[in-house]
Amino acid sequence: MTSASQTVGSKPQLQQHTRTGSLSATKWITRFLVYAMLILLGITWIFPLYWMIISALKDDPQIYTVPPVLIPNPAFWNNFYDGWMRYDFNRAAFNSVFLYSVPVTIFTLVSSMVVAYGFAKIPWRGRDALFWVCIATMMLPWQVTMVPLFIIFKNLGWINTYLPFVVPSLFGSAYFIFLLRQFFLSIPEELSDAARIDGASEIGILWRIIVPLSKPAIAVVLLFRFLWSWNDYLGPLIYINSEAMQPLALAIYRLRTLATSMGTTSMAYPHLMAVSTLVALPIILIFIFAQRTFIEGISTTGLKG
Amino acid sequence: MAVATAPRRGMTKTERRNQILGLLFISPWLIGFLLFALFPLLASLYYSMTNYDFIRDPQFIGLTNYVRLFTIDPDFWTVMYNTVYYVGFGVPLGIAVAFLIANLLNSDIRGRTFFRSIIYIPSIVPAVCAAMVWLFILNVQYGAINGILKTMGWATIPFLSSPDLAKPSLIMIYVWAQGTAVVIFLAALQDVPRSLYDAALVDGANAWARFWNVTVPMCTPVILFNFIMGIITAFQDFTLPFVLTGGGPMKSTEFYVVSLYRNAFVQFSIGKASAMAWILFLIILVFSVILFRSSARWVYYGGEK
Repeated sequence: MTSASQTVGSKPQLQQHTRTGSLSATKWITRFLVYAMLILLGITWIFPLYWMIISALKDDPQIYTVPPVLIPNPAFWNNFYDGWMRYDFNRAAFNSVFLYSVPVTIFTLVSSMVVAYGFAKIPWRGRDALFWVCIATMMLPWQVTMVPLFIIFKNLGWINTYLPFVVPSLFGSAYFIFLLRQFFLSIPEELSDAARIDGASEIGILWRIIVPLSKPAIAVVLLFRFLWSWNDYLGPLIYINSEAMQPLALAIYRLRTLATSMGTTSMAYPHLMAVSTLVALPIILIFIFAQRTFIEGISTTGLKG
Repeated sequence: MAVATAPRRGMTKTERRNQILGLLFISPWLIGFLLFALFPLLASLYYSMTNYDFIRDPQFIGLTNYVRLFTIDPDFWTVMYNTVYYVGFGVPLGIAVAFLIANLLNSDIRGRTFFRSIIYIPSIVPAVCAAMVWLFILNVQYGAINGILKTMGWATIPFLSSPDLAKPSLIMIYVWAQGTAVVIFLAALQDVPRSLYDAALVDGANAWARFWNVTVPMCTPVILFNFIMGIITAFQDFTLPFVLTGGGPMKSTEFYVVSLYRNAFVQFSIGKASAMAWILFLIILVFSVILFRSSARWVYYGGEK
């Protein structure tokens, strides 16, 4: 990978420049201003998420009070349960996890690794030309293929199933093929050659030598593919047309409709905020525990969140 | 990178084996490319020249869909204006803010990881959840911001219910979700060699001069990258406008892909939707090419390449 990954999280490089003696007053003022701006920006950036969680703990009167209630008292912790149970969010969570995110993430990883290995570790004619085609497909806006793909999957009878997401993930994803290939290229050829002399097959080399050395790249693929499928809205909107099959992202929208149609006494807003919090929570937790992987994935390849 | 692509007469046994193995390993991608990219791409081009509603067979009508969109379609230019407004203001503003924040984060501060997390998390929270909480915060009657304004005795701001303010409101949310760009900029800033700053300091350059003559030029490749990615993704934004405003009020946030989705999956005007998809494809392509071409004038590649 590039050197960016090595410097992420490293010590700041600009610090000692003003150490020329009499400048310390300016230095302290600058430092104060930097902190002031960061704190202000931090509060602004975190406020919507704070508001989401706080509103999830209110009842209707607190939600609609002016001036706004910053700390709910009393806090209605039951809202998380009540909101979740208002519609069948258990089913939606099952769909999101087991029918969509998990299979798509695993299949994308495995298929992209196999393809990336073919592009990185086996020399063959036409390899580089086809790799450029692979990269070029990343530029293709998916709206262009959206309608014909819908027609294909509709003719196959895959509407209202997750097959339109799962089946294509068996064929690799250009982004991750690119990412894994770059990583594989950085693994010394001598390791593979030694294994070849010992009679290992290419699949064996991929599995026993490349995979254990590629854990950082594999983590990036797993994280981002999971994130994208968890957050996907338009895909399910097109393919899923029964409430029972909806993933969480779509199911939330039912609460929004309720909130805008039922007015101020339905507990719809607190419940909407509670369920939004619960759906965002796994992503925030994953980020907190896998922060390094996220940051490295982005700074080395520019993957969008 | 270029290994064994030079054509040779006869192949050795190993070369033949590698040729077969290589193709075998990349075959999932190749099949996927043909089935889920190339074929739909061509199908979409064909549909864009037909009259088609999913039910009756497509009727070939040449370029009529394109001509209609550009001339008599009542909404196309509104949609185009909305989208160009959103991209034209949102992307540069997002880059400026992200660059500013990255510079603040790169200065000599404690808690960099903490601040970076706060800035980054909004960009990975599911767009639906973010849309729900913004919907609530920006509400004219019960929103947090208007609640504060009311408390102060000031006039409320109809963020999402006024056709004049809906687009700027969405741009504000777009900027809020630019954490990815911040992380990319921060990684680039940490890669700027310290020696350059030292040299500038010896030459007597103040902080402002160092920023414009060292920091900015050294980051231009990343600025270009963020610009292109920003334009590509902003042109395709769907979930936020769709969930937050549904294109309203008075079509002021009817963005390109929202309109495309409606034409395809609500109106079933497949021909028109496909033509719109191809126009979008060409717009993104043209913008990317223009940016790349212009980059020779303003992007600094450190004397290499």
